[in-house]
Amino acid sequence: MTQVTSSPIESLPPKRERIRTPMTEFIRKFRKQHLAVVAALFILALVIIAILAPWIVPFDPEEYFDYDRINQAPSVLHWLGVDSLGRDIFSRIVMGTRISLAAGFISVALGAIVGTVLGLLAGYYEGWWERIVMRISDVLLAFPGILLAIGVIAVLGPSMVNVVIAVAVFSIPAFARLVRGNTLSLKNMTYIEAVRSIGASDFTILFKHILPGTISPILVYGTMRIGTSIITAASLSFIGLGAQPPTPEWGAMLNEARSDMVLAPHVAIFPSLAIFLTVLAFNLLGDGLRDALDPKIDRQ
Amino acid sequence: MFSYLVKRIIGMIPTLVLVCVVVFLFVHMLPGDPARLAAGPEADAETVQNIRKELGLDLPLPQQFGHYLLNLSQGDLGTSLRTKRPVLAEIGARFMPTLILTLTSMVWSVIFGLVIGVVSAVWRNRWPDRLFMTLAVSGISFPPFALGMILIQIFAVNLGWLPSVGATSWQHYILPSITLGAAVAAIMARFTRASFVEVIQEDFVRTARAKGLSEKVVIVKHTLRNALIPVVTMMGLQFGFLLGGSIVVETVFGWPGMGTLLVDAVTARDYPVIQGLVLLFSFEFILINMIVDVLYGIINPTIRYR
Repeated sequence: MTQVTSSPIESLPPKRERIRTPMTEFIRKFRKQHLAVVAALFILALVIIAILAPWIVPFDPEEYFDYDRINQAPSVLHWLGVDSLGRDIFSRIVMGTRISLAAGFISVALGAIVGTVLGLLAGYYEGWWERIVMRISDVLLAFPGILLAIGVIAVLGPSMVNVVIAVAVFSIPAFARLVRGNTLSLKNMTYIEAVRSIGASDFTILFKHILPGTISPILVYGTMRIGTSIITAASLSFIGLGAQPPTPEWGAMLNEARSDMVLAPHVAIFPSLAIFLTVLAFNLLGDGLRDALDPKIDRQ
Repeated sequence: MFSYLVKRIIGMIPTLVLVCVVVFLFVHMLPGDPARLAAGPEADAETVQNIRKELGLDLPLPQQFGHYLLNLSQGDLGTSLRTKRPVLAEIGARFMPTLILTLTSMVWSVIFGLVIGVVSAVWRNRWPDRLFMTLAVSGISFPPFALGMILIQIFAVNLGWLPSVGATSWQHYILPSITLGAAVAAIMARFTRASFVEVIQEDFVRTARAKGLSEKVVIVKHTLRNALIPVVTMMGLQFGFLLGGSIVVETVFGWPGMGTLLVDAVTARDYPVIQGLVLLFSFEFILINMIVDVLYGIINPTIRYR
């Protein structure tokens, strides 16, 4: 592959040749990561399933009970079998996709937005403000994440909404740190000096010129973080501090399945698989994005 | 070395104090009146007032914090609302099982992670690498509680080789520590591989090969030591992950540790116990990170005497 490092003016292409922007370059590299492309498609399918869930489910995930088929293995009628209360596992897992994806996306988005703004400001202004932000991040990072989440839930009470808030809170310091580091290295670059010299305001410099430079690491870290957040949210529901039964949340479903593991392993296996495949997809996508966005990597 | 150690210990103090402040304020962030919570829902106004006095909740906040620190320095963490026993006694019995569980998980997962990471890096893009890295990405994606349930099902229920619940013999440690350590082993393997691949492409490694050193010497003496520097930092972070993970894994295995105690305390809204546990978990985490930092100083000569 040819190396493209020249300035845009020099590399102005002759007619009809494709222009190599960072975006096309990213797409070119990303398409070579077959696993990541599959993962991205899988996530897209999950998002569609999550949106359409109420119209896809063959049975009501909470209110339908088939008392004749309790703990029955997968069949034509019940694709993934029936749980110990006679509910259709397929319907519950499809509905659970909605909960888990929403929990992952919303908590990471909240954490990323707040963390990014704090990190940008801390990296750009330094001084007392930076010290306060970084010291608070240190303290937040001094608690193991899930412990902090349990603390938040102890204050707010067990529920899925509170789990999302809790997971968002402990995502903030990690994003703040990441963005601050990038801001520190970007703000002394010549192009920032140039922007400042033509009289751009701090706001313009921060959000139009520094922020775009920190987007790639945020994207990579955020993608992986969604996977972690889904596991954390499911874990909290599993130990009874998140979604409460009969909500078809995957972690809560597993907790309910514990007592019937011996009789009906499928009741536990399918929710486990759902969590595993979803988180795996986010991790593979994150790996792929990292390799595609890293300028050092251009694999042969 | 000594001055570095002292500096690190002094550097810990502001974080410790801030953690204490957060944990202290925790009770005041709760919805409702802490005195009423302590008195229980049936208590009359007079009892609540007495308890408020008794707990010193009628004093100004900074003075309350002073009392809190004073009690803390004497090992007094308050009294459990549920069992009416001192929090320290409640936690005391639970401390060792959790510590041993996290340490055993840490030891096996770090050794495994390092070996797998190095093997993958040395044979990178060949089948051992692909196999191990597939396993590793699966390891970080598999929910630990599901892994625990599956291990119990296979090794305790179907095969009957290992016990599933409790912590009375060394066999009891095997399944929980595999469950707890799996994700860490996977993370360590990925991280070690990345770090190793970076170092192995450095010029000094090429020089070492060019002067005719055996591949073993190049890997062990020249690459490994340099690749380990970021890996050690990662190890410290992973310990926090293990401490947090232990809360979930203990629930799966009915482990008599701090994790199950914390879950029970949160469910029963037993705030003094929650406070004590959060404090202890955090102190443990900060302490481990300091030890890791010191280790870092030992293997990385460039920062040793700074």
